[in-house]
Formats: sequence, C-alpha cells, structure tokens
Amino acid sequence: MTDQQQADLRHDEVEAGTQTVLAAPSIDVTNARQNSLWSDAWDSLRRNPLFWIGAVLGLVFVLMALIPQVFARGADPRACNLANSNQKPSAEHWFGFDQQGCDYLANVVYGARNSLIIGLLAVLVVLVLGVLVGAVSGFYGGMIDSVLSRITDIFYALPLILGALVVLRSGTIGRGVVAVAIALAAFGWMTAMRLVRSQVIAVKSSDYVAAARAMGASNRRILLRHILPNAVAPVLVYTTITIGVLIAAEATLTFLGVGLQRPAISWGLQIENGQSLLRTAPHLVLFPSLILTTTVMAFIMMGDALRDALDPRQRA
Amino acid sequence: MGRYIARRLLLTIPVLIGASFLIFAMVYALPGDPIRALGGDRPLAPAVVAQLRDQFNLDDPLLIQYVKYVGDLLQGDFGTDFRGREVLDTIEQRLPVTVKLTVVAIVFEAVIGIIAGVLAGIRRNGFLDNLVLVSSTIVVSVPILVLAFVSQFVLGVKFGWFPIAGINDGWYSFLLPGLVLAAGSLAYVARLTRTSVAENLRADYVRTARAKGLRNRDVVIRHTLRNSLIPVVTFIGADIGTLMGGAIVTETVFNLPGIGRAIFDSVQAQEGAVVVGIVTLMVFFFIFFNLVVDVLYAVLDPRIRYD
Repeated sequence: MTDQQQADLRHDEVEAGTQTVLAAPSIDVTNARQNSLWSDAWDSLRRNPLFWIGAVLGLVFVLMALIPQVFARGADPRACNLANSNQKPSAEHWFGFDQQGCDYLANVVYGARNSLIIGLLAVLVVLVLGVLVGAVSGFYGGMIDSVLSRITDIFYALPLILGALVVLRSGTIGRGVVAVAIALAAFGWMTAMRLVRSQVIAVKSSDYVAAARAMGASNRRILLRHILPNAVAPVLVYTTITIGVLIAAEATLTFLGVGLQRPAISWGLQIENGQSLLRTAPHLVLFPSLILTTTVMAFIMMGDALRDALDPRQRA
Repeated sequence: MGRYIARRLLLTIPVLIGASFLIFAMVYALPGDPIRALGGDRPLAPAVVAQLRDQFNLDDPLLIQYVKYVGDLLQGDFGTDFRGREVLDTIEQRLPVTVKLTVVAIVFEAVIGIIAGVLAGIRRNGFLDNLVLVSSTIVVSVPILVLAFVSQFVLGVKFGWFPIAGINDGWYSFLLPGLVLAAGSLAYVARLTRTSVAENLRADYVRTARAKGLRNRDVVIRHTLRNSLIPVVTFIGADIGTLMGGAIVTETVFNLPGIGRAIFDSVQAQEGAVVVGIVTLMVFFFIFFNLVVDVLYAVLDPRIRYD
C-alpha cells in the first residue's frame, strides 16, 4: 500500500466516522498534505536564523557585484589623487584611500564582481565535471569506475592552491578571470565526483530503479530521471559551501601573485598591496579582508543551514 | 588486515605516478628558458647551454624526461636545481620547519578542538554548545589568508605577544602560524567531536553505565569519550597530510622557510626539479597518512573489518 492509498483509506475512515485498529491517524488526514522533501526543507530553513543571515549577506554581495556604483556611494575606483595616499577612513570616505589615493570603498566594492564571477564559473565547472565523472563512474562500475576513481585520487592528492598555482604560473591558459576559474575547478572537482558517485551507487540498487529497468527504461533515462535527482540534495549543499571556498581560494591565488593581475580589481590584489603597509595603514588589509570573510561566511552559513534542512541526520 | 594493507599499497602506486607526472607535465609547461635566465644579462656560451640542457635532459620529449626523472628518483636521487644544488639538500633543510609547524597545528587542533567539542556535546543546546557552534562557523569562514594577516597584525604588531615573522625564537615563533594553520580544522574537529559525543551519550551502553550507578565523570570520560573520539582521531590523522601541503600561505605570510615557501619560490624561479621533488614527497605523505588512518580505524573500531 502506498502512502497515498493509506491516506485515502484514512480519509474514507474519517469521513465515515469509523476507525480501524491498524493505525490511528495522529494528524488530521482530511487536511494533511503530503509533504515533499523540499517543502519540509523549506519549512526548516525558514526557521533557521543562520540561513537568513547567510542569505542576506549573500544577497548584499550579489547586489554589490551587479550594481557597485550604488554601494561605492558614487565614487569612481579609478579616479585617484596621490595627495590622498593612504588616508585613514573618514565620514566622507568610509574606507579611506589606498596608496595611489583612490577611494578605497569604491575599490573594495568593485572587487565583488570578479569574486562572484570566478566563484560561480568555477563551481559550475566543478559541478559539470563532478556530476559527469561521478555519475558515469558510479553507474557503470567495473573497469570504468576503477580508472576514473584512480584519476580522481591523483587529483585529490594535490592540494587545490598548489595545483592551481602551477597551472596559472605556466601561463598556458592565461591569467584572466576565466583562467583562474578553470584552474580552481581543475583541482577542486574531486569531492563533487565522490559525492555523486556514492549517491549513484546507493540509489542504483534501489527497488524503483529495478522497476524502471524492468519496464525497459534505457540506461540514460534511468540515470537522468531516477538516479541523478536523488543526488541533488547533497550536491546542492556541497555547491553552496564550495562557492565560498573557491572565492577564498581566488583571493589567495591572486595574493600569491598568480591570479588576477592589475588593472583588474580584486580583493586578493588589495590584500597583497596592503601587506607591506600593514604597520602604517592597516585599513588597506582590513577592509578587503572583512568583506572577503563576510562573503565566504554567507555561503558557508547557507550551506550549513541547507544541510540541516535536507539531511537532519548529518547535522554536524 | 595484511591483505587489505597490501592492496591499498598497490593502489597507491598509480596515484603516486599519476600525481607526480601531472605536476611534472605542468612544470614542463612553465614559460621561459631557465638556462638562459641563469646567465642573466650576459648570454652563456652555446657550448655551456648545450651541456646544461643535456645535463637536465631539457631537449628530450616530456615522457622521456619524466621516465629518466623517475629512474633517478627510485635510486634516491632527487636531482639538482639549475644552480647545481641538490634538491634533497633543500628538502632536508626546509622539511623540519614545516614539520614543526604541522606539529604545533595538530596539537592545537586536537587539544582545543576536542575540549571544545566535548564541552559542547555533553550539554546539547546549552550556552557552551551554541558558543562552539557559532564560533566554529565563523572560524571556518575566515580564509586562512585573512586570518594570517589579522592575527599577525593584532597579536604580533599591536600587542607584540608573538614574533611577527621568521623562526628566530624557536618553538615560540611557530605558535601563531600553527594556530592560524590549524584554525579551520580545529573548528571542524570541535563540530565532529560535538556530534559524536552527543550521539554516543544516547547509546544503550551509556544508559547501562549510568544505570550501574557510575559517576557522571566516569560515564563521560571512560565510556562515551573513548568511542566518540574514533572519527576525530582519524580525521586528525588524515589532516597531517593536508596541513603539510596547505602551508604555502601560512609560510608566506609569516615568512617561515618551510617546504610550502620553497615550492612557491621554486615555481616563481621555474626550478622544475625542486617543485616536482617536493610535491611528489608531499603527495607521498598525504597518501601515507590516509593509509595509516584507514588501518587505524579498523584497529580502534573492532566492528570494522576489511577482509
């Protein structure tokens, strides 16, 4: 008996004023709606303050990337006056000025766009690679799985920053926004692959997949319609957190001198530039660091809240 | 168990070869001519260039270069950099710095992480629990780059509690960088311990222990903690390999002459042999600690059997 049939039966019973001894309905089944995973998850999310803090911070960050003019209070990040070099924050200029005498608030705010683009682009490539390799590996198993898993192990053994550092330094793919995103994704897709692979293996042996197969569904249909939708929840959690991690990694690479280059505006460049002035003008490191941290935190908080909502057992 | 270890060791070989080849191929693609750069403003004599290119196998195709490199590596020869210095010397000189940094980080991670996690776990939803949850979320979110600078500025420059950079103060100079390096893992260890302790406190054997009339302290320390720490210990073990490879930023900001810093410098200077040598070594450490942890898991938790 399916849940729906059971509910129908109870509904009939309630209507008829009878009750079987099978199971007394603990809820008013005449009004109860079947809750899906997603509506349950949304219910839980809505009540989680962490989610709302993360969502608001994330929204501010996205808006900052889309319409930086508004957040920069009309200041142009490239309009500089050396007379203002390294000036401390003031009521007029909230974040002060950098070494070249440019308004620092404008510079920090305009840095959001590159971070967002790289974060989203890199996570997209990570998803495509991870889901593709993971699904194929988990679904077909055998030799294919062994080979793909070993390749994943190889990449997994190389630290993200280290791999991206060498790729970017080699200059084969350039040093632009796209190049940085690809370099990050190339050494960051392995966890997504393992996640999808284990989900696929877990779901593959379930009854409804067997039923679909018995009805003559093709491999592709089973994979796309039955198996992958079940892997969406953990992948979504992972994706949200990873955007934050990748944004931090971009700033790190740029700081190390292999990521974005001037005249691009990037938090990593700002921190790198302010590093030598830490004693005299600490605000140069402080403000981009603060915004970078808030942004990363926004995505991690949202991801944490999503995990709690989608998989209560995994609460850590 | 023996068979499991043997199988795992065999699986390690393709990973080691693959990872070292990957890094070798990428270093091979580094731009510029390192031999010409060696001469500086005055070009080297053609005969010298030819001799150096031959010595470092620079004119062979990628695959041949790699095979020759691995052949030397198997005999314990890490090769020399373009200035004629043994790569092994560089490693011997740099490794102790990174090992010290990692040891300090692991100690912080284990001690603070576990204590915070236990305190949070035994009183779920209490004040300490929420404090640990919130602070771990914040700590996890702070990029190591930011954490390094902020702590360097506040604790080093402003308050002067710690040396700002360098390794001239012995172990003391590793305290702050170690804490920075450990921060993210520390927060994770705290959460892991918290979840594990809270879960185990509800287990049947804990109820039995309480029913026997044991003191709360004994129940928590003897019965709950020992079981709860299994996933924590294994995480910390695997983290040793990760931390050693993740020290580039910390070593750069705090100016510690370890292997992370050496890799960064060598990539900039196109010293391929140094980069490949050190990275291969780090991949080896990474795989080694992961293997140890997997075996350790079976030893600590008798329910897990690999054969």
